[in-house]
Amino acid sequence: MSFFQIQPPRQAAKEQVVDHALQPWVEKYRPQTIEDVSSQEHTVAVLRRTLTSTNLPHMLFYGPPGTGKTSTILALSRQLFGPDNFRSRVLELNASDERGISIVREKIKDFARQTPRAQSGVSSDGKTYPCPPYKIIILDEADSMTQDAQAALRRIMENYARITRFCLVCNYVTRIIEPLASRCSKFRFKPLDNISTSQRLTHIACAENISLDPSVVNALITTSQGDLRRSITYLQSASRLANSTSPPTVITPEDIQEIAGVVPDTVVNEFAATLGIDIGGKDKTKAKSFDEVRREVKQIVREGYSASQLLSQLHDLIVEHPTLPALHKAKSALAIAEADKALCDGADEELWILEVALQIHKAVS
Amino acid sequence: MSLWVDHYRPKTLDDLHYHPALSARIKSLAKAGDFPHMLFYGPSGAGKKTRIACTLKELYGKGVEKLKIDQRVFMTPSRRKLDVNIVQSNFHIEITPSEVGNYDRVVIQELLKEIAQTQQVDITARHKFKVVVINEADSLTRDAQAALRRTMEKYMSNMRIILCANSTSKLIAPIKSRCLLVRVAAPTEDEMIKVLKYVASRERLQTDDAALTEIAQDANGNMRKALLVFEALKMQKGILSGPVAIAKPDWETYCCKVGDMIIQDQSPSRVLEVRSKLYELLSHCIPPTVILKTIADRVVELVDESLKADIMHWAAIYETRMRVGNKKIFHLEAWVVKVMSLYKHFFYDIDMSGFD
Ligand SMILES: Nc1ncnc2c1ncn2[C@@H]1O[C@H](COP(=O)(O)OP(=O)(O)OP(=O)(O)O)[C@@H](O)[C@H]1O
Ligand SMILES: [Mg+2]
Repeated sequence: MSFFQIQPPRQAAKEQVVDHALQPWVEKYRPQTIEDVSSQEHTVAVLRRTLTSTNLPHMLFYGPPGTGKTSTILALSRQLFGPDNFRSRVLELNASDERGISIVREKIKDFARQTPRAQSGVSSDGKTYPCPPYKIIILDEADSMTQDAQAALRRIMENYARITRFCLVCNYVTRIIEPLASRCSKFRFKPLDNISTSQRLTHIACAENISLDPSVVNALITTSQGDLRRSITYLQSASRLANSTSPPTVITPEDIQEIAGVVPDTVVNEFAATLGIDIGGKDKTKAKSFDEVRREVKQIVREGYSASQLLSQLHDLIVEHPTLPALHKAKSALAIAEADKALCDGADEELWILEVALQIHKAVS
Repeated sequence: MSLWVDHYRPKTLDDLHYHPALSARIKSLAKAGDFPHMLFYGPSGAGKKTRIACTLKELYGKGVEKLKIDQRVFMTPSRRKLDVNIVQSNFHIEITPSEVGNYDRVVIQELLKEIAQTQQVDITARHKFKVVVINEADSLTRDAQAALRRTMEKYMSNMRIILCANSTSKLIAPIKSRCLLVRVAAPTEDEMIKVLKYVASRERLQTDDAALTEIAQDANGNMRKALLVFEALKMQKGILSGPVAIAKPDWETYCCKVGDMIIQDQSPSRVLEVRSKLYELLSHCIPPTVILKTIADRVVELVDESLKADIMHWAAIYETRMRVGNKKIFHLEAWVVKVMSLYKHFFYDIDMSGFD
């Protein structure tokens, strides 16, 4: 690939600074210190103490996407070592790096056993950093490491515990083998609560100078379900779209729903009505034939809505339905659960939307 | 001379015939420097790829159309060599993971790293980042998806990713959380007719509404199919006026025949006959899911209303098993036998509960 010129990494780092204005907001507003991390009070409280003491346990961060795991450990490392020593003291490996068993044996082990050089506290930016006498190895997205590679880590973690701390980061804590997990202090990252999300979003909106209606914040909260990264991405796209028209318009909750891929209520309601669920519409629902149900399903598939999104919205509608008998709700929920599993296995979406439709249709009629 | 589908493929966002609001949205995104990672999803033939190509053009101008194909060799961890063809321009690169099978993670890791660590050589380029287009993203293995996650964050100043998929269900949540989702719905019948009319006028071809409607209905939202059929019909007939009698493809007729066979007779010998037909279809590379769905569609046309739901239920079940399992034919056949048993049960009202 002759037209690619490999540039020294240092230069790439400089580029990023120049880029600041054009940076996506998720990066621009990534917490720089652990105090910036919203909503994870417990974790932050524990980590704050490690900044003053020189001790740090091995750690395991787990929780759903976009809750601040990666940000927290990066911020902590930066606060511990400062910009000068970051490179020599912190090794970050993630799922995009080769992390098979051989890498664990070579690269990770090599880094783990180097004795850190003592450093004076004052750094080039004039601040003092604690710079404790150990290194940190961050294994981000550790749930995608093989069992073998994880097993190989065990010894390394023990042998070099004096000079190296590990921080494993993952979404699914059950994918980490027990012997590793039991060597770590575990920190659970909760989905962000509504108040923290709304505060963070308002903060960003202020900094970016956009007006944000409370209804829009609500829409962001419901569509992102505690995933702050998602709500920030949505907010940025929405604001860009709103600014691109002349004169600029304000962001509406509908914009957010559209961006988030939410199936419009009218579509979900019409679907439910076809299945014989009373949605308080005009004509009392009458028994629909197989062909009618199938036609509705085909239409939805043509519109390209995602099956999992549709089913989750249908699920909410049914569970919260005011008059539907409990037995009907239970049967419908069963059908949706089966479909969810099948979709995870990669089954055909059209067949399963139809299957759910027919099962619910049978249950409620 | 190229096919109409290619020849009349829109080149810019403004040329796109349908979903104008969506085009406008992409356009405004492309204008700003902070273009996000994107995930285009929607049914096949809805025009996702065309839209992506137009987006690239909007981002970089004419330069993206200068494509070249590179032969690259990748090394798997077990030291096997992988030859991969990669389509690229100065500004973007395209990969189709299914071409590399289970090793997609290796390819993704290496390619993305390489791109992330390099910079746009063309100083006149409008954007500092390069775009990586990943086709059929829903066939990415879990490992490969995991490999994308942090890369998507870390190298955002040098690279953007555009994923193209039929559905978002098979993508892991952390990936979806890093992308802007763009739904591309299939065109409606009227929208398809509009496109067909446009092509007809450019070709100076006489048509009437009846013929175009028929083509649009037959294509069922798949614009590519509509244009292909349109051109084929024109080759056969010259002037297009309805009714045009669109011939079904051979495999579809064949599937229907299998459906008929299942309903005519339910016996071990018939199962054998059906099996050989299924093998025939599989050996012609018709995807097993398509075979199952097409036969099921035919069978439910033929049976009593009370049986239809059951037949589709088992179709869904066995289709899933087919995905999880290994041998497609086992599950296709199991479904056939199940349908036969249901049908016989219904017809003679025999108690077959012992067979479940
Ligand atoms: N608790 C939080 N406080 C402040 N910002 C947050 C928080 N959680 C997430 N964010 C925002 O979301 C972005 C992504 O967060 P981060 O990378 O830490 O997520 P993650 O938990 O590592 O997710 P994943 O599991 O997908 O890797 C950050 O750049 C930041 O803008
Ligand atoms: Mg992370």
